[in-house]
Amino acid sequence: MSDLLQVRDLHVKFVTPDRTVNAVNGVSFDVSRGETLGILGESGSGKSVTLRSILRLHPEHRTRWSGSIKLEGDEILTMGRGALSDLRGQRVAMIFQEPATAFDPVFTIGQQIAETVRRHTGKSEADSWKRARDLLEMVRIPSPAQRLKAYPHEMSGGMRQRAMIALALSCNPALLLADEPTTALDATVQIQVLLLIRELQREFNVGVIFVTHDIGVAVEVSDRIGVMYAGKIVELAPVEQMVDAPRHPYSRGLLASTVHDGMRGQRLEAIPGAPPDLAEVPTGCSFAPRCKFVQAECVARPPALGDVGGGHLVRCIRTSAAETNVAA
Amino acid sequence: MQSPTVDIAAALVRPTVASASRGYWPSVGRRLRRDPVTLICAGILLLIVLSSITAPLLGLADPYKTSMIRRLYPLGSPNHLLGTDELGRDMFARLIYGGRLSLFMGVMPVLCALLIGGALGITAGFVGGKVNMAIMRVMDVFYAFPSVLLAISLSGAMGAGTENTLLSLTLVFIPPICRVSESVTTQVRGFDFVDAARASGASALTIVRVHVLGNVLGPILVYATSLISVAIILAAGLSFLGLGVKPPEPEWGLMLNTLRQAIYVNPVLAALPGVMIFITSICFNLMSDGLRAAMDVKA
Amino acid sequence: MDALLPPEDRGGPAQPLLLATGLRKHFPVPGGLLGRSGKVVRAVDDLSLSVAKGETLGVVGESGCGKSTVARLLIRLITPDSGTIVLDGDPVDEPHGITVNELRRQVQMVFQDSYASLNPRLTIAETLAFAPKAHGLPAAEARVRVRDLLDKVGLDPANYAERYPHELSGGQRQRVNIARALALRPRLIILDEAVSALDKSVEAQVLNMLVDLKTELNLTYIFISHDLNVVQYLSDRVLVMYLGKIVELGSVDAIYGNPQHPYTRALLSARPSMDPRRRTKEAPIQGDPPNPIDPPSGCRFRTRCPFAEDVCARTEPPLADTGAQAVACHMRVAGSGHSKAATP
Repeated sequence: MSDLLQVRDLHVKFVTPDRTVNAVNGVSFDVSRGETLGILGESGSGKSVTLRSILRLHPEHRTRWSGSIKLEGDEILTMGRGALSDLRGQRVAMIFQEPATAFDPVFTIGQQIAETVRRHTGKSEADSWKRARDLLEMVRIPSPAQRLKAYPHEMSGGMRQRAMIALALSCNPALLLADEPTTALDATVQIQVLLLIRELQREFNVGVIFVTHDIGVAVEVSDRIGVMYAGKIVELAPVEQMVDAPRHPYSRGLLASTVHDGMRGQRLEAIPGAPPDLAEVPTGCSFAPRCKFVQAECVARPPALGDVGGGHLVRCIRTSAAETNVAA
Repeated sequence: MQSPTVDIAAALVRPTVASASRGYWPSVGRRLRRDPVTLICAGILLLIVLSSITAPLLGLADPYKTSMIRRLYPLGSPNHLLGTDELGRDMFARLIYGGRLSLFMGVMPVLCALLIGGALGITAGFVGGKVNMAIMRVMDVFYAFPSVLLAISLSGAMGAGTENTLLSLTLVFIPPICRVSESVTTQVRGFDFVDAARASGASALTIVRVHVLGNVLGPILVYATSLISVAIILAAGLSFLGLGVKPPEPEWGLMLNTLRQAIYVNPVLAALPGVMIFITSICFNLMSDGLRAAMDVKA
Repeated sequence: MDALLPPEDRGGPAQPLLLATGLRKHFPVPGGLLGRSGKVVRAVDDLSLSVAKGETLGVVGESGCGKSTVARLLIRLITPDSGTIVLDGDPVDEPHGITVNELRRQVQMVFQDSYASLNPRLTIAETLAFAPKAHGLPAAEARVRVRDLLDKVGLDPANYAERYPHELSGGQRQRVNIARALALRPRLIILDEAVSALDKSVEAQVLNMLVDLKTELNLTYIFISHDLNVVQYLSDRVLVMYLGKIVELGSVDAIYGNPQHPYTRALLSARPSMDPRRRTKEAPIQGDPPNPIDPPSGCRFRTRCPFAEDVCARTEPPLADTGAQAVACHMRVAGSGHSKAATP
């Protein structure tokens, strides 16, 4: 139980005349203040959809939700337009993968940040600008006073990303959502932004949900990691346990197939096959077609999320009974 | 590995896995068939076109036969469903026969401009560099003139008559089509698959034929069809000003001109050719919109 | 019989398969009067490299370093401002050498998977048959070749030949991209960020396939990527680029085990840690990769280098041999004037 964010049994479907896509199929997790939950998954896993659902960013006419998302006790899925608009930017903020499109190209960075501050906190014009300048300094943008007058296209990718972080934190949100914010950045810039996010999280005591497909990035920033596959969380554990002893065959396959040093000369253990079509709802475990430990029962019934101790949850029948010796 | 002696036909058997959409153009066709607006407009246009083409077989009155007595009869008169014009000719017949010239003057210039302007634009877009600059700057000169003024000046210089009108309208439409073609071609030219085709050592003509045309014809076609309605209106306008079709040929614009005096006597009659121009050009316009919407989806 | 046989080896294993010398490419920046602003993007400057037969040369660098431009220069999709390319002893596009078209028969490229890497209007079979047919292969034989290629990349021809790119997943599209590169039976394949856009599990499959194909078809690879881990896995030698120049070059063990250029060290330590107990505490360098429009004078890395001194602004460090690798840094050149350099 957490007093910041509680997601329970979230289902999200996208309905079009041609087909229905079951993007998220029963996701539950909590996030507390001061902790970072990393959500790790590949394309089609539903990680971005889950994140965007927290702010209800999907087009209303095509999306069907069920379940519950509670922020500090308030149910987001049934919130009215006014309350939702207050929520966005002020209590929950989001940073995106492509900073170029998050900013309006015809206004300066300073104008956009100051405007947000003014609208949400009611500060005066002068105070808002001062706050904007302080924020730019906080995200380590050099010469912040000058940068306030810069347009988004005049800044490099890394700086725009920092400016977006500044914008996101401008109203002291309780929860920060990060949707692959470093994927489009160069390696040397990525590590700077990751460290910045870690530092700011400590300073502001925000809860962070960090969505990524890169295991290394997830390990660097997260306290806990949730692995998603085909719209469900298949494993959720503190980061040390996830790296040392992953239990779900998908998580293990993911770690084993990610290239890092020391693997030179060995054949990579690739997970065979491809992720399932989300238009079909499987009868059993979604990972069964690709799993090397598959049994008859896996196809019969979808496995539930089982607790294997120490805050470690796994959605696999092989681990829900005894947690001993999950030999490869 | 299969040996080359395996039956080639068997190897190209359609996949058993059902896939939602196949080729691009078939899927465009499917989306068009589901669009009610496009279907209605297509139906109306088909009616107009068919009636124009089969006009002599429809048993209509003679559109050229004048009558001093039966002038400006109102709508619903016996023998004359839509009345008669200022020279006693049957309006219904003249409208249908008029459709032949008006539609011809709408579609032909756009077709010719499509061929010429399209070829120039695609060449400019694919080759780039100095060739592009040369072609596009020449087009810019013509583009600087508003199309109506340009049409009037060209027609005025060349004189009235159907052929001259066709020529001047074609010249008016070449620059905008060229511009759109160049822009789309430049965009496609930048895609990786074109680079891959260049890297395979194929000739430029082959690359344009196989890779570029299929991807640029769509947007160019949409733009061109939207010009048809403009062409019809321009042609009608030119005829109205006496610069286009010469009397006694039935043509909607010309009819608007000659019926001006009838406004005080029978305004509905005088508006009829205008109504035809309006219906036809709106239908072309809406169909062009529908085509663009159907083609927009990246299957 | 097959009209397109792979070309023969000349010069034996000691002769480099591809030798590029002094490649330079500057792009004019548009804008200003008459479309000329006077500024240039110095994408590649005086770059030389060689690729031995049967090896995999990895090329790493961040955005703006020019690695994609180098790839396109090597296959002559872009014409260099100056510099030469020699393919197995034959100079390219010169009076006594081979033509660009012949170069392209032997050197092919795999692009990063994207919507635009495959023609969306053509079926997979049509895309794969394009190059062989353009070189004169009759349609029937081209069809056989297409099936053969699809088999090699692990896609069932019966299922995939008549599909369109949008019906395929990213991994499958990338296999098609690789099959397309193999269509003319090349000797050298340049892979430009070929696995970067793929999910990690799919990336592993494709990497395994690339390794198998290399052995089976006796290929040579130039592997360009920003992902240092993948480059380490695949390459025999590695080349590190920064702002259009090579800063370090050597065997993969030397580069990864004992990096000598400050930029290489920064790149290697910028990789996220896989150990939650030993997280990165501090970013190795600050700032962003600079703009190739106005590179710094002298050593181009000096604006981000913690060891920069006056000599770095005055003269450009040459790419000097230091035993296991070659490094372009004043600190490694004896007598350069840098405080950390050895005295001659």
